[in-house]
Amino acid sequence: MHDASTHESVFDGKRRARLDEIMKRYPTKQAALLPALWMVQEAHGWVSDQAMAEVADVLELTPAYVKGVVTFYTMYHQHPVGKYFIQVCTTTPCNICGAEGVVEAFLQHTGCGELGATSKDGRYTVVEVECLGACGFATPVLVNDDFIENVTSETVPDLLERYR
Amino acid sequence: MGYPHKPHPRETLVLSEHFGDSDARTYDGWVKRGGYRALEQALGMEPQAVIDEVKASGLRGRGGAGFPAGVKWDFMPKQKSKRHYLCCNADESEPGTFKDREIMRWTPHALIEGCAIAAHAIRAEVVYVYIRGEFTEAIAVMQQALDEAYAKGVLGRKALGSGTSIDMYIHRGAGAYICGEETALMNSIEGKRGNPRIRPPFPAAVGVFGMPTTINNVETLGSVPHIMTRGAEWYKSLSLSSPKSTGTKLMSVCGHVARPGNFEITMGFPMKDLIYDLCGGMSPGRTLKAVIPGGSSVPVLDREEAENCVLDYEGCVAAGTMLGSGGMIVFDDTADMVYQMMRIAKFYAHESCAQCTQCREGTAWTVRILQKILSGRGEMQDLDLLLDVGEMMTGKTICVLSDSCAAPVGSAVQKFRGEFEAYIKGARQPAVALV
Ligand SMILES: Cc1cc2nc3c(=O)[nH]c(=O)nc-3n(C[C@H](O)[C@H](O)[C@H](O)COP(=O)(O)O)c2cc1C
Ligand code: FES
Repeated sequence: MHDASTHESVFDGKRRARLDEIMKRYPTKQAALLPALWMVQEAHGWVSDQAMAEVADVLELTPAYVKGVVTFYTMYHQHPVGKYFIQVCTTTPCNICGAEGVVEAFLQHTGCGELGATSKDGRYTVVEVECLGACGFATPVLVNDDFIENVTSETVPDLLERYR
Repeated sequence: MGYPHKPHPRETLVLSEHFGDSDARTYDGWVKRGGYRALEQALGMEPQAVIDEVKASGLRGRGGAGFPAGVKWDFMPKQKSKRHYLCCNADESEPGTFKDREIMRWTPHALIEGCAIAAHAIRAEVVYVYIRGEFTEAIAVMQQALDEAYAKGVLGRKALGSGTSIDMYIHRGAGAYICGEETALMNSIEGKRGNPRIRPPFPAAVGVFGMPTTINNVETLGSVPHIMTRGAEWYKSLSLSSPKSTGTKLMSVCGHVARPGNFEITMGFPMKDLIYDLCGGMSPGRTLKAVIPGGSSVPVLDREEAENCVLDYEGCVAAGTMLGSGGMIVFDDTADMVYQMMRIAKFYAHESCAQCTQCREGTAWTVRILQKILSGRGEMQDLDLLLDVGEMMTGKTICVLSDSCAAPVGSAVQKFRGEFEAYIKGARQPAVALV
């Protein structure tokens, strides 16, 4: 998986055309970096060193520069994650409404055991995140791209049924 | 409460009038509700006339600082020698704040229209709408609305058939609170780490890609179409207290209230009525303990201060805090203020971009000292130390993230000192194990 020879190129054909389209929005190639990294993550599920090198090549940047940007932003995965990546808000407004219990429930019902670890079946990874901008609907949870509101520790098992 | 729901009769529905009505999301639905008339009107006006109208309305920035929008637009060069840019700040990451998301989810065309009017006023041909990466639904709704707006000729080379060219693009963030700070946001658009920039130069002179730039919050820009169609005088008349605070404000209320959610009030509305009437008060048997009214970055109010606070820029300052983004976090008597301050400090420590020593070290130290107190190993002098560290974190850094950590923590140490002392004296069981 970490071997360069097995890196499946991201920016061929259609995706390359889409990136070229995106590049037209900005006066510099560098500005397409965040969108390009999103495309990598969409294609591979995470952003590997090989993918960073490919992005660097396409946007005429250095791999070290790209890595510096990737590591700044928490949403880019630098390691493979479970099929369902679960982000639970635990910042103060959610915290006082029971977010810590929601995290516990996810850890228990997914079999992940601890934060950031992927369950043995490869299905789930659970992480705590800071304010998701939906504090009135505590506790908001992101499962991949699904934004789910009003999650409580009691509703976690039912919710997980949708992500098998 | 999510949308749709019946608005409270004491709300003033301007921005939120069509929240919950999915027909308003479409171009046709928006036009049916009077949409894009404001843009048509603005495009027929001189840019300066648009700026003057917004100035006269008294509209102030809803992103946190409350800077007059028209005055900010007026800073942009009048002789155009370079490209001009508008950035719409849809990073909405301030704990307690969740209003911009509803504007984008329910009335995307209102935001597009406001952005286009502002772009015309500041002579910008390109608008970047910077939306936080986690807002997947808002991004999808906005993208669809943008596609429609292009298809209908609202945007593009000849916006609404005028001589003005306006392009608008979504730039998706990737998880960093600091990118809501305007200069960090510009770096993030440029494909860089989101480190705030030293000012001066200010964005109106040297902004994104080195060009003159204006940055405004979603709610600020969303208010602009209403000012165009109904006039500055009408907007100015929406003011219950200080004449320096005009219009409506979407207040996001969260935490320990019976009905959390967004409530649109006229500036100057009493906080007490918002909490006890619109939000239905505390849960049965509970009493109000504290409120942080402007997102987590401002000083905390105790019960008495909160019950006497008037919700506008001046009213909040008079109460010793700030209106900020209008994200109100309400705590009842069950809240552990020491633990919650630790949790708030942890947020800032996590989100510090780590450029400035005072912020990087100060936020981390604040967490450590609070954890020490919570673990039962605190000493009385730790309280002075917290205040000292807070002072070192205030007014000394490139941006105000550092100040934003010190403000709630310092005010809580002063107003809820007894709770901190209870941990130190052993009157309260340790809440965390010392790491
Ligand atoms: C750490 C930090 C985070 C911020 N986050 C946001 C944000 O998420 N949304 C926002 O509109 N403004 C945010 N701001 C304020 C912006 O820097 C800027 O003042 C605002 O977008 C200007 O728009 P306005 O004048 O319309 O309010 C933040 C400021 C700081 C210091
Ligand atoms: S604190 Fe959880 S969404 Fe804001």
